[in-house]
Amino acid sequence: MEKKVIIAHDVTVRFAGDSGDGMQITGTLFSKNSGSIGTDVNTFPDYPSEIRPPIGTLYGVSAYQVHFGSKKMNTMGDKIDVLFAMNAASLKVNIPNLKDGAIIIVNADGFGTKNLNLAKYEQNPLTDGSLKGYEVHAINIPELMKEELSNLSLQVNQIDRTKNFFALGLAFWLFNQPLEHTIDWLKGKFGKKVEIFESNVRALKRGYRFGEESEGFSYRFEIPTAQMQKGFYRNITGNEASALGLVAASKKAQLPLYLGSYPITPATEILHHLSGYKQYGVKILQAEDEIAGIASAIGAAYAGNLAVTTTSGPGLSLKVESLGLAVIMELPLVIVDVQRAGPSTGMPTKPEQGDLLMAMFGRHGEAPIPIIAAQSAVDCFYASYEASKIALKYMTPVIVLSDGYLAQGTEPWKVPTLDELPEIHFNLAKDANTYQPYKRDPETLSREWSIPGMIGFEHQIGGLEKENVTGIVTQDPKNHQLMVELRAKKVEGIVKDVPDVMIEGEQEGDILILGWGSSYGAIKNTFDKLTNMGHKLSFVHLRWLNPLPANLGEILSKFKRIFIPEMNLGQLKWIIQAKFLRETIGYYKVQGKPFTAIEIEDELLKLLNEKV
Amino acid sequence: MTKIQENFEATKKINTTELTAKDFKTPLDVRWCAGCGDYSVLAQLQKLFPTLGIPKENFAVVSGIGCSSRFPYYVDVYGFHTMHGRALPVASGMKIANPDLSVWVITGDGDGMAIGGNHFIHAIRRNMDIKILLLNNEIYSMTKGQYSPTSPQGLKTKSSPFGVVDYPFNPVALSLGSGSTFVARTSYSNPKHLSYVLKRAAEHKGIAFVEIYSNCVIFTDGIFDQWTDKNYMDENAIFIEDNQPLIFGKNKDKGIIIENFAPKVVDLNDPNVNREDLIVHNEKNQAIAQMIGSMSYDDDLPRPFGIFLNIEKPSYDFLINKQIGDIVEKYGTGNIDELLKGSESWEIK
Repeated sequence: MEKKVIIAHDVTVRFAGDSGDGMQITGTLFSKNSGSIGTDVNTFPDYPSEIRPPIGTLYGVSAYQVHFGSKKMNTMGDKIDVLFAMNAASLKVNIPNLKDGAIIIVNADGFGTKNLNLAKYEQNPLTDGSLKGYEVHAINIPELMKEELSNLSLQVNQIDRTKNFFALGLAFWLFNQPLEHTIDWLKGKFGKKVEIFESNVRALKRGYRFGEESEGFSYRFEIPTAQMQKGFYRNITGNEASALGLVAASKKAQLPLYLGSYPITPATEILHHLSGYKQYGVKILQAEDEIAGIASAIGAAYAGNLAVTTTSGPGLSLKVESLGLAVIMELPLVIVDVQRAGPSTGMPTKPEQGDLLMAMFGRHGEAPIPIIAAQSAVDCFYASYEASKIALKYMTPVIVLSDGYLAQGTEPWKVPTLDELPEIHFNLAKDANTYQPYKRDPETLSREWSIPGMIGFEHQIGGLEKENVTGIVTQDPKNHQLMVELRAKKVEGIVKDVPDVMIEGEQEGDILILGWGSSYGAIKNTFDKLTNMGHKLSFVHLRWLNPLPANLGEILSKFKRIFIPEMNLGQLKWIIQAKFLRETIGYYKVQGKPFTAIEIEDELLKLLNEKV
Repeated sequence: MTKIQENFEATKKINTTELTAKDFKTPLDVRWCAGCGDYSVLAQLQKLFPTLGIPKENFAVVSGIGCSSRFPYYVDVYGFHTMHGRALPVASGMKIANPDLSVWVITGDGDGMAIGGNHFIHAIRRNMDIKILLLNNEIYSMTKGQYSPTSPQGLKTKSSPFGVVDYPFNPVALSLGSGSTFVARTSYSNPKHLSYVLKRAAEHKGIAFVEIYSNCVIFTDGIFDQWTDKNYMDENAIFIEDNQPLIFGKNKDKGIIIENFAPKVVDLNDPNVNREDLIVHNEKNQAIAQMIGSMSYDDDLPRPFGIFLNIEKPSYDFLINKQIGDIVEKYGTGNIDELLKGSESWEIK
């Protein structure tokens, strides 16, 4: 049967099912396949914090969203074009995010009385007309698969478990994508378990064939490839990118990498990845608690490693005392905070930008720490690399802010080689005869790093205030003020290594959008859309939050209105107003979900329509 | 070879001069109270270090917060005075980063048993190759006299004016229970024993825990006298030695036997007592260590001093670095460009 082909440039697909339905792997494989055939991809996994919540429930729904197309995909996609729903609950929770006329592909087997009850449906949505505005395809996948796998001796539940690969096969048909990469992947994964491999390959092919043969599907999509620079690409999550950025920095600096960390969602994958890099000499202590994680990293930094600790908000709270020690010891240390919705346990798997002010001020005493925020999954690599570089150059702890959205979302990354990355220098003590622990480099104000094992550099320091230059313990009042000021000046001086920010759009005028962190994608999409429509707008996105770029004040002065969207209640707004004495307009979303471009667009249109 | 290792090599020269205790003293004035037990420990450690055959630059002394935690300022090696309770994780990071270091943690009963309790049990559990000296004075002295986790019940302090209600920790038992490979108890008051125990601790590969009674002249003066004052100690303390029966008393006329699975004091002059029934200490035997360790805080039994346990097992810092070495040997040093590229990359031409 000849099917119509529709050219599409921008599609959002969501695979949704029960936590045990394998939706995460389905989404991951779909996004990898989409990337490898040359479309740009941005993804986001969305799953409950429970590991295997009760089957069929609304809170047990696990989903993976893939936004892909022929241009740069800056976000996970606002509204869903195609939804795969494995049961009633996964349909119900995703209906609010569907585009009008969206394609819904459901596993009809997941809509029995029990499933409907668990999803709190009084009537079957597949038959009661409530899905009228959508194109619905109801397929009893297990039934088809039972027939397909009849000559293999599989249990009913084993057959049922192939339904995600059926869905993946159908998705590949719908978007005209090849099956080979996924079959190769299955071979690598299940090659030795012949029956599992065979059943999943058959499911994949059966899904594909279903699209081809079924009269219900009268058309399929063709996505032109995106314009991408030449080079090697891979899909990467923010957490893996952070891990790689750290190990790349350690190789560049020729220092061993040390990680002291305690598992915490959504930062744990950084620990997982780094634990696998033994061939790269990475030393790990999975500590007994968050405090031991950072304290051991301080010890490793003292002993000459590039030391790192990774955490999320509640963990950063526990590390606060240690941050003070790292500041006064002036040791290089990287702290990666993958922010999640708080306070307290809050919503552990959901993103938020709620830790900015804690990163900025969450200390006892005057203890400034540089802060860099990653703006995309890929940027987690460059942010953690840059943090390592600054930490070593200036002998200071540096906080990297990521969040749950960047951490788990993926996008294709044009992979650099180590040679292409900036050099990393550190100020190792050289002359034992003239060495003094707090003698500073006149330009960077960085003290020298002398490490146990180096002859003649023995010295005794700690958390007590110390005399300038000599490092000898003292409570001299004027010396304390001097040391506090020197530490502050050192961190302010990092501005020399912070690139000036560039204004996108109008160089001066009415509205400047000022963003930071993971909301880059949503803001950028909105900005592109509105400027293409002819609106006059400007956009600056901050990576360095402490110190702020040197030219920021001048830029702010060129605009009448500063619009700051944040996933908190105005924390960057607070800093900007305090620092530059400027009124700003905040826009806040604290729902454990990233901004959608539409939300920011609506808000900006309101502003644009106001007369100033 | 990393940059740091190159630097180590470059600065290595043959040190021909014999070092003495003097070389391990810093020019700073020691600021403990006159008569503080900590002086004795400092002196013994400064004497010990030059005898160990370890290059001076490979020593690191790490502490938390409290009177005894001022220790690093007085020993002329790499010294790091960290945070309250956190000396052990800091020291662990140092030791993992550089397993060649000889790392000594100086802590107290507040720093080690209260705020640092979690780190204490876990550093021991991992058998980090670190020496822990717990200078126990049974009081918080630096904050001017509140009861600590080792203060005896009933002790009147500023925060327990009507007497302590808490039950105390037995640091030796806690250390044994956490899986320590070396556990000892000694006292500031007995320099010879202190020096011997510290040397044995230094020679031990793996975690070495030494509880050292250290009298606080201000807040708990005399609290250890019954076990440390030469007028009383013979009758109240027992010094255990490997392969020797448990005998104590001024005239060596008392011993310890097991009765109903519990230690019991017997009179060796009693004709019904058979010397062969006496417990014979064995540093390699965990059950004996636990049993003797449990004799603390029992008024009917003498307080044991000496080395309770000394067994061998590989330390965390050794194992983690060995794991890296083994993997590098098997698969080669990783190529960072290959790691960045990953196994599922594609090329846009």
